Amino acid sequence: MKIGLLINEGPYNHQAADTAWHFARAALAKGHQIQRVFFYNDGVNNATKLTEPPQDDRHIVNRWSKLAQEHGTDLVVCVAAGLRRGLVEDNLAPGFRISGLGQLVEAGIESDRLVVFGD
Amino acid sequence: MLHIVNKSPTERSSLSSCLAHARKGSAVILIEDAVYAATRGNAAQAALARAMQEVTVYALGPDLEARGVRASVMDGVQVVDYGGFVDLVAEHRTSQSWL
Amino acid sequence: MTQVAEETEREAGTEAVVKKFMFVNRKAPHGTIYALEGLEVVLISAAFDQDVSLAFLDDGVYQLLKGQETKSLEVKNFSPTYRALEGYDVEKLYVERESLEARGIREEQLLVPVQVVSAKEMAELMEQQDVIIGF
Repeated sequence: MKIGLLINEGPYNHQAADTAWHFARAALAKGHQIQRVFFYNDGVNNATKLTEPPQDDRHIVNRWSKLAQEHGTDLVVCVAAGLRRGLVEDNLAPGFRISGLGQLVEAGIESDRLVVFGD
Repeated sequence: MLHIVNKSPTERSSLSSCLAHARKGSAVILIEDAVYAATRGNAAQAALARAMQEVTVYALGPDLEARGVRASVMDGVQVVDYGGFVDLVAEHRTSQSWL
Repeated sequence: MTQVAEETEREAGTEAVVKKFMFVNRKAPHGTIYALEGLEVVLISAAFDQDVSLAFLDDGVYQLLKGQETKSLEVKNFSPTYRALEGYDVEKLYVERESLEARGIREEQLLVPVQVVSAKEMAELMEQQDVIIGF
């Protein structure tokens, strides 16, 4: 089954990004396809390569990058929401791409399921 | 439909709003801070027990464990892991997150 | 046949997929960005020729209140945008009666024509959707 995810909160402040990542991994393990992960609202902050958590904490941004690398997961950051929050190509972590909100609507159309993670 | 709730019922009204819209036969999964709703003695217990006559209620195990309330889950609530969460999403045509 | 297989088969036979999208608004405007950025998604979705509807319940009904003046706050007043939705062919705006009543709001205080529905009717509308996006 094709599953799309929408993430509306940044990393660390809220559990949303963690839950979404665990969900994505579990879905892939069950043979589902993650059609796209769309980052919106403060969720765009999941994509900044400037993120540097303490050594003993999980690296939420790198986890997403690894997911993209290992599974080819399409990680899309909303351009307008990103610009509002200073997230541009220059500070984008590997595996993410910046695109328009249409990509979210498209995820809703093309996926069998769309699951929203937020605050 | 699968309803997803992630806020503690003693902090926000999303669970009560969800339960007011969950139709017979639908499922509700409690994740993140919403898992407190599924613990014995919580103010939401009566409402949840009433809802369970018509809807199935699940709680996310890892969230219960992280909060030290795995052993306090009230009767009738089914505990699932992330894989179980994925299965619920797959089994229901739509999901709604009560953010 | 499994539910999954049935869905795959049905979709393969459809050329232009039209899904029922519902945007659920449960948060007040201005205090957080969800109402504003949610509205931006609605406007984009209009370009995809889908069956789009908006639901306003809980504090989301405050988004539609007339007379919002944001000049002193120096933030964008996006409330007139709800009136522009019709021009985007987004015409299904459902507002929950119980939410209005709990906040002392009458229908005539809303800035755009809407369909006021009960919580029960709202639940039925939600059940009919293919995609539900809540902010």
